[in-house]
Amino acid sequence: MLVVACIKQVPDTTQVQIDPVTNTLVREGIPFIVNPYDTHALEESLRLKDKFGFRVVAMSMGPPNAEATLRKAMAAGVDEAILLSDRVFGGADTLATSNVLSAAITRLNKTEPVGIVFCGKQTIDGDTAQVGPGIATRLGFTQLTLVDRIINLDLSRKVIRVRRKLEGRHEIVEAPLPVMITVVRELNRPRYPKVPMRLESANSEVKVWNNEVLKLDVNKIGLKGSPTWVSRIFSPEREKGEIIGDGINDPVGTAHLLVDKLRSKDLLAL
Amino acid sequence: MIPNTTLFASLLIASVVLFTWNCYRRYALVSIGQAEDRSQQLGRRFRDMFVYALAQTRVVKGSFGINHAFIFWSFLMLLVANVEFLISGFVPALFSRFLPESVHHVLLLVFDLVSLLALVCVVLAVVRRLFFAPAYLETSYSSARSREAFLILSFIAVLMLAYFGLHGAQIAMGREAAGFWLPVSGVFAKALAASPFNSSLEAMAAGFWWIHALVLLAFMNYLPYSKHMHILTAIPNCFFASLEKPNTQPREAFERGNTYGVESVKDFTWKDLFDSFSCTECGRCQNACPAHTTDKPLNPRQVIHDIKVNLLKNGPRLQAGDTSAEKMVGEGYGRILPEAIWACTTCGACLQACPVMIEHMPKIVKLRRHLVQMEAEFPEELLNLFENMEQRSNPWGIAPGERTKWTSTMDVKTFEAGKTEYLLYVGCAGAFDSRQKHVTVALATILDVAGVSWGILGKEEKCCGDSLRRLGNEFVFDRMAKDNVALLKEKGVTKIITQCPHCFTTLKNDYRQYGLELEVIHHSEFLQGLLSSGTLRLNRQVSDLGALVFHDSCYLGRHNDVYEAPRLVLAAATGSVPGELERNRDNSFCCGAGGGRMWMEEHEGSRINLNRVKEAISSKPGTICVSCPYCLTMFEDGLKDLQVGNTKVRDIAEVVAEGMRP
Repeated sequence: MLVVACIKQVPDTTQVQIDPVTNTLVREGIPFIVNPYDTHALEESLRLKDKFGFRVVAMSMGPPNAEATLRKAMAAGVDEAILLSDRVFGGADTLATSNVLSAAITRLNKTEPVGIVFCGKQTIDGDTAQVGPGIATRLGFTQLTLVDRIINLDLSRKVIRVRRKLEGRHEIVEAPLPVMITVVRELNRPRYPKVPMRLESANSEVKVWNNEVLKLDVNKIGLKGSPTWVSRIFSPEREKGEIIGDGINDPVGTAHLLVDKLRSKDLLAL
Repeated sequence: MIPNTTLFASLLIASVVLFTWNCYRRYALVSIGQAEDRSQQLGRRFRDMFVYALAQTRVVKGSFGINHAFIFWSFLMLLVANVEFLISGFVPALFSRFLPESVHHVLLLVFDLVSLLALVCVVLAVVRRLFFAPAYLETSYSSARSREAFLILSFIAVLMLAYFGLHGAQIAMGREAAGFWLPVSGVFAKALAASPFNSSLEAMAAGFWWIHALVLLAFMNYLPYSKHMHILTAIPNCFFASLEKPNTQPREAFERGNTYGVESVKDFTWKDLFDSFSCTECGRCQNACPAHTTDKPLNPRQVIHDIKVNLLKNGPRLQAGDTSAEKMVGEGYGRILPEAIWACTTCGACLQACPVMIEHMPKIVKLRRHLVQMEAEFPEELLNLFENMEQRSNPWGIAPGERTKWTSTMDVKTFEAGKTEYLLYVGCAGAFDSRQKHVTVALATILDVAGVSWGILGKEEKCCGDSLRRLGNEFVFDRMAKDNVALLKEKGVTKIITQCPHCFTTLKNDYRQYGLELEVIHHSEFLQGLLSSGTLRLNRQVSDLGALVFHDSCYLGRHNDVYEAPRLVLAAATGSVPGELERNRDNSFCCGAGGGRMWMEEHEGSRINLNRVKEAISSKPGTICVSCPYCLTMFEDGLKDLQVGNTKVRDIAEVVAEGMRP
């Protein structure tokens, strides 16, 4: 059985600033990182590999430099890394992205059945949380979103039981394989790559699949296949607070002031 | 007197063969270690050997050390007497026959007195161990190993007594003249002559001769099995002592197929293994260790002992090419707990305390290197640190764009070769830590007032990588060091001022391994230069900070020998010499944040910073002065925890800045 981890290279958003004139992200000189949620998706794939011996494929759609992200996955221990990269894939929204990723997974499925697809719950640059479910829909897999624990994987019955982290509650659900799972950070603690693996990954092959391989209708991918357009990005004005009390010389009085303030705004559940 | 020559000859030959064989086995064990060149600068090595081993300079510093020095010097002299003694089994009265009488007499006098001195010292040592043992000799570790100490001491005592017995009997029989030259043996002679056994002096002489001979041979053969092995290894160990700064570890070569750090005992260098045979378990490292003092599972003495035990246990298998030896890290006798390895603050107090120049802390870093790089096993807090360092080049993971936020209140130039003389390497704490930013501003203001030509790298500055290197993440450190070295070269930087002893040591000592020779100056030294040369004149004498005490940062003091500069700066600013903590200068006690401990929780024992803060406030100072951002944090946190008084913590630059106010 094959496990696929979908990962994305994103700009380190803590370092991204918005150009006040053009209202676009200033991406120059901003380092790329692996989308933090995806590192948990990757880790869970590798844990299943350690436990059950599944083969793990890491997959990413992006420009050629997204190869670095896949090398990180190789350093962490995936068996194969595939970069979906083609000019015609560029400018894609979540719909077009799901089309490409699901087509690639379908292609993998022809040689070895894909049992689980892991995605991060969302990316930190787009924050839509749509690609995972989009893939599931196109593949016809059951989708289990916001998973914070894999409770049991029963290979004889081909059933997976997971816990979903919802607002104010947990939900335990069971679904037949194959499934698409999106994960939250509480699921696991990603491993740190060992140096020999890092050095090895620098020389391993990252496969590149372009549209000559996937042969998708150009009207369903890239900019053309993307019905979503971003009309404007802006930083919301933030109201500035005030400094109350003198914490250095009167810590007790200041603490009282703070509690009163919080109470008056009904921010303390007392 | 002539013993049974045949019997003695066979015993002697057997002993020498056994001893040589055992020494060879130890040598072979040491030689399974990795290669390491310790042959450079022979002149300095001979000097170190003389200063530390023969002159016992470090030994005598510790309590009761002078007692050891007397035993050691006595031993050196009695070595001559004992060689003569062994030969006397075949050629009696060697000295009296072949040396001029005057020389022979002087030798007799010296041996007689020195033997008495050694006997007295040994008795004192026994008494101390039995009745006045310092706390560090009474831990579970040492009480388990104390029997060995008593055995060794009694060996020496018996040798001395037998020496006097033998000569006393000879004098009593009229075969030797006591007179002026054998005063102590003369007393023994009188006692023997007056004893009820005076009719069997001949038998007694023979008895004492054999006791002396047998104990001497037994002692010799006991050496390789015991901690007393140090009498053979300690002197060469001082000779081969590291000439590098103790925490400037050798680089690792990151190539495919290599392994990193120390997994099994064979991955240590021969010198690491030699260290383990040089330890006589005196316990001074343990006593100085901040981790051990605050009840962490780390004991540097135990680490060295475990390496020896592991080597004796697994060495023969490793020699035979069986690589499945037990790993160094783990549970059980001869292995080191991971909790112990992560408890080290790399403060270097153990190295400073060791009389025979054993290098404890670098071994711990080697073990960390293996855990981090080969096993990816480390305290979980470090995962964030490692990722922050790699992604954002600072320990907190703050956006690098915020590195220059502290400059918002002043006009700061960017470093440009030719236009600015000094680079102020702000450091991560100086740029991001809200408290340390005050220090940065104070320092920058001072530099401006003094008319120094300086600039910063601004947003291009990166972390120096100190914590990574001390934590064993050499791979990422290596990358950061290469990037930094390239950047500093590209910018044409030649002179750097740092406000953080960790940046200081890394730029100055560690980056030299990357071919970067810079003039790196810690701000304490720089400020001292400005004040003593009159370039910087203060407007007033600082008096509103109360009585000052100064805390030595490990990385400035022990690791770089800067002790005077910060004190002189404080004296210049306040007009009076700052007070000292009880443990000061090379004996300073770590704040608890070095070696990457800044980024880890302190789960076990008591807090190191509280231990130090309590010491600092015992003299009720107005202000505790520091010269390191980590120390600043640890002291302020400690004072908050203890909630006592109004003691402040200030960096020396802040004290100077106070004096610049009109």
